[in-house]
Amino acid sequence: MTIRTEPPRVARPTSTEAALLVPPGEVVPGRARIRSPLRREGPQKLTGEAKYADDLVFPGAWYGATIRSTEARARLVAIERDLAFDWSHVVVATAQDIPGDNIVSLISDDQPVLVPVDGEIRHHAEPLALLAAPDRATLRAAKSAITVRTEPLPPVLDPLDSDHVFAHYEIATGDLDAGFAAADLVLEGTYRVGHQEQLYIENNAMIAVPRDDGGVAVHGSLQCPYYVHKALKRAMRLSDTQAQVVQAETGGGFGGKEEYPSIIAIHAALLARKCGRPVRMIYDRHEDIVATTKRHPAVVTHRTGVRRDGTLVAQDIEVVMDGGAYCTLTPVVLSRGALHSGGPYRCPNVRIRARATRTNTPPNGAFRGFGAPQVQFAAETHLNRIAEALGLSPLEIRRRNVYRLDDTTPTGQVLRESVAGEEVLERAAEASEFERERDRTARARVERQGSGALAAAPLATHRERRASGIGLALAWHGAGFTGSGEVKLASVASIELTSAGAIRILTASTEMGQGTKTIFPQLVADALGVAYEAVEIAPQDTAFVPDSGPTVASRTAMVVGGLLIQAARRLRQRVEAATGGTFADTYARWASAHGPIRVDQRFEPYPGVHFDDETYQGDAYPAYGWAACTARVDVDLDTGEVLVRDVVAVDDIGTVIHPVLAEGQVEGGTLQAIGYATIEEMKLRDGRYLNDRLATYLIPTALDAPRISTILVEAPFSGAPHGAKGAGELPMDVGAPAVVAAIHDAVGVWIHDLPATPERILAALGAAARPAEPGREGAGTAAEAPTDAADTERAVREPIIGGTDPRPDAPTDPLPLRGPRNDGEAQWPSGERASEDPA
Amino acid sequence: MNIRMLVNGEPAELDVPGMRRLLDVLREDLGLTGTKEGCGEGECGACTVILDGQVVDACLVPISQADGSTVRTVEGLAGRPSGGQELKLDELQRAFLETGGAQCGICTPGMLMAARSYIDAGGGPDQDAIREAIAGNLCRCTGYTKIIEAIALAAGPAA
Amino acid sequence: MPVEPPVEVPRSLGEAFALISSAPHRPVAGGTDLMVQIAGELAPPPDRVVDLWRLDELRGIGLDGGVLTLGALTTYTQIRRSVLCREHVPALVDAAATIGAAQIQNRGTLGGNIANASPAGDTLPVLLATDAQIVVGGTRGERSIPAGEFWVAYRRTPLAPDELVLRIRIPLVGGRAVRFRKVGTRRAQAISKVVMAVAWREAGGDGRWSDVRVALGSVAATPIRAPATERVLERARPTPETADRAAETLAAEIEPIDDVRSTADYRRTVAGRILHRMIRDAGGW
Repeated sequence: MTIRTEPPRVARPTSTEAALLVPPGEVVPGRARIRSPLRREGPQKLTGEAKYADDLVFPGAWYGATIRSTEARARLVAIERDLAFDWSHVVVATAQDIPGDNIVSLISDDQPVLVPVDGEIRHHAEPLALLAAPDRATLRAAKSAITVRTEPLPPVLDPLDSDHVFAHYEIATGDLDAGFAAADLVLEGTYRVGHQEQLYIENNAMIAVPRDDGGVAVHGSLQCPYYVHKALKRAMRLSDTQAQVVQAETGGGFGGKEEYPSIIAIHAALLARKCGRPVRMIYDRHEDIVATTKRHPAVVTHRTGVRRDGTLVAQDIEVVMDGGAYCTLTPVVLSRGALHSGGPYRCPNVRIRARATRTNTPPNGAFRGFGAPQVQFAAETHLNRIAEALGLSPLEIRRRNVYRLDDTTPTGQVLRESVAGEEVLERAAEASEFERERDRTARARVERQGSGALAAAPLATHRERRASGIGLALAWHGAGFTGSGEVKLASVASIELTSAGAIRILTASTEMGQGTKTIFPQLVADALGVAYEAVEIAPQDTAFVPDSGPTVASRTAMVVGGLLIQAARRLRQRVEAATGGTFADTYARWASAHGPIRVDQRFEPYPGVHFDDETYQGDAYPAYGWAACTARVDVDLDTGEVLVRDVVAVDDIGTVIHPVLAEGQVEGGTLQAIGYATIEEMKLRDGRYLNDRLATYLIPTALDAPRISTILVEAPFSGAPHGAKGAGELPMDVGAPAVVAAIHDAVGVWIHDLPATPERILAALGAAARPAEPGREGAGTAAEAPTDAADTERAVREPIIGGTDPRPDAPTDPLPLRGPRNDGEAQWPSGERASEDPA
Repeated sequence: MNIRMLVNGEPAELDVPGMRRLLDVLREDLGLTGTKEGCGEGECGACTVILDGQVVDACLVPISQADGSTVRTVEGLAGRPSGGQELKLDELQRAFLETGGAQCGICTPGMLMAARSYIDAGGGPDQDAIREAIAGNLCRCTGYTKIIEAIALAAGPAA
Repeated sequence: MPVEPPVEVPRSLGEAFALISSAPHRPVAGGTDLMVQIAGELAPPPDRVVDLWRLDELRGIGLDGGVLTLGALTTYTQIRRSVLCREHVPALVDAAATIGAAQIQNRGTLGGNIANASPAGDTLPVLLATDAQIVVGGTRGERSIPAGEFWVAYRRTPLAPDELVLRIRIPLVGGRAVRFRKVGTRRAQAISKVVMAVAWREAGGDGRWSDVRVALGSVAATPIRAPATERVLERARPTPETADRAAETLAAEIEPIDDVRSTADYRRTVAGRILHRMIRDAGGW
């Protein structure tokens, strides 16, 4: 079967050689040539010259710290200072010091910058007060000299129990009852996913510097300068120019630096204002994990009707997401989740009900994929279970249901172009030799007599040590903002031509490794017909660049890149009309004679794209990206450990502007999805994260990472001048269900909860008890350390003590964020008790 | 405590508390901010430097243990630029640049030091050996794919 | 920038002994435990630190009279590279290879692993299984403590404040086999969920095991032996029946708990299964 997209085009797999040779490719008017300029800021990053927030030096800067709640819910009664401490070199800021609104400006005005006295603490680690001091020793001591008095309140920790709803959506089409009536098989399933921490290797950091005009400049690690700008203006009561936001080199974001930096910026600004000096708020890893946003946990329930041949006739889907304590971006995450929850499949009768509720846990927020990975894990796993029930291959059932050109989605959107679901599916199956591998694993499974042996004798081993499996998943991902989001943003991107003949891009789109600073000059240089090196890109400083919208939603190449192409074309036309020659030959002379000009390009709605926010009907996204993934795993039959050996990742991103960077996005996103599926587990207790350090929240190392083969497909979107649809988030949607399907192929059990840990796998095989559910209270229990002498005596005589086995590297004590306890309970391994000091 | 070291071939002499971390001495006392702090618990490897010929996490080394030692950081891989604009890159850094081995760049200095140590010890283009050599360096952006490609490229053809 | 407690840097063991006799000092060797504890503010910082790194008297690996001796400052890298270790205690080499990654292995020391007394210390079950002796000492002289008496309670050892771990003596036993297995969350930089070392001798030529040792970490407050399981294996042949009985006994004998890393049930089951696998591998069935 030949699958063609219109126009049919597949980017060459990139080898190092290809990258160096700069292949010319075809030059299509309005399309970027396929080539791979070297990363613009690469040399700085490779030599240690690049300056991240904590590398910046501001002479005379003080250090800031945050006093945080140690309870999930309470009334804040008082913040008290120990009067015996010398406070003359310390500044303390509370809610009373906020000159503007005590609100973190985002969607809903429900989150305070600092909890006011008599206000309600709504989550563990919620900020209550701020401190600044000239040196870290003083700061540490001051933290210990603050006491917070509270009256505990009963927390709500289960999103299914909570009746405070941040947002809800219902999408329905067709006749659900008729659909189920026509079904030959109805299958139900519930799937749960827990929190996931973005785990950028550079922690959140902001430095606030007072300005002469009474404002403040914040320098920091961030994705969205204008989100921070807006939040600063509101809380600090500043004008557009008084609030200045400057992005420093940013060591990863993935959504974790989309909205959270606004809070730190305001905190640092408050302190800077109060002490009249620059203030550095640099989080350490523990504080970053404990206090900042995570991926929304979700419980997704499917009830699906299919015909015997596998075609879908009815989908009834319920999505519940845990928003945490405050709204933040939850309605948008839920929206995307709801819209993607059926998977990339044609079904005439659909009902999707989605709600996000409040719990007394730290607020959840943006993380690559933004609701889609959660629901598509459920959708894909459910479809794989249906295939199994029908005796169909996972590949075949998808062939029969995947959207084709001119199909209609549940919101009534007709997919008129840029549909590549079949193509990515077939290429993934072909590249991985999927059906052949499945035959092989099926034969091996039969030989192994399956996993029945485990249930019968849980402690016995098979002859084989491990079992291999292969799994497949397919996804779609709406490109850009949902619905009218992009229209409301009305982003602007600009190009200026200075009298000195410099061509400079002005956008607020940030570089955080994905390649913004490389592809923007590439697109503009192509459009102007000049060399790549001739195009500069201005720093992301709100004093100089317009609001191009946030660097999120995989919109940077698609939307902002598109604006830049249009701006460049206008600039080119302008100069060529004035000079009669080509832009490349004449711009420098023209500029020096004419003087500087600047072309601003504002986003215009894509023609023919209409969405009704009220009814949730219409074109939810201007276009969709498509991804398929196969994963091969080995499951250790003794321990349930999973090793993901290799992955084939096929992604349609519309147009491949830069193959090396695009592959980088697929590879990175794929590994994050693998981590999500296997080892990234966040347990909670009393609304507090237990996995609060890198020793306990684990992401894959190079030894855990599979070999990843990337295939880039191009099904261009006509609304974008270059056809690009966005690459960053798409790979995140397919990795996890592919791994879970591979686990099933290997050992015959379906894991409904992520991560699919060895504990869950052995439990599913009947070999051990089921661990707690992800994302909800009760996962993991604390233990006490035996400390008294009688225990010690007994231990020496009988080496095995019943009951207690404290965590070897326990999460920090209950007051981690205010410095160590001074009560000397902790004990040093030499046997010396910390409180005993004979000297 | 009086500390003398050779840092990237240059002598450094300081008077700092003996329990100050090598990481803080490099970043704050010597102004060499190329080495990064990702976790402070010896898990992420962003602070990897080569101390007396071995890769270590600089966040775990008290400076008292580096007195009299040789330290190499990312700033010392290639020579210093000689007054001109362009930064110099050694063949390992160049390989990272060409393959796309650095995205956000925060793990890159530590990763380069681990790779440099591996190659200097005779490591070749074998993928499994490279993965083990960088197992103590976490990367969240790349999936490690192009990092391994870069190191293999710089390591040269198989012996 | 964490707290920076005052530190002394003795240039000789005698100097170190004198220091720690005069006042309690928290020792630092490779820093892979202490520096993490200080930075993490897991407890009040020590008042005083003694830096052992210069004490070459605590280094060296030697074989003498059937005893392999390792200095307390032997790093995991040194263990991995040591011809003597690879030949005589490959299980210790296996354990060292599972700790952290290159950076940690270059600095982390055997003495540190021992003194830190974590229930999850990866070398500790090997020391228990090989009847190692931990030699400690100070100004009052040296004493030798069997590994089985060293980890007395959670993170507690018999070390007096004026004593340091000096060296580890592993008696080499003809015909002894030692097997090691660690189960962690990922393949590097992972604290174990279960870690096990099993030792036995096949003396009689009849395939029966003797002098069996079964040692585990991460399933109790300290690293432990499993005596009931050892009794099942003592004088037994590595048959399927033996393996089943031993695995069952082990699962019933240990009392692990749920924690941030894993569950009690998983630990119990997997301890049984990896023991079963070791016996199976030895029996060749």
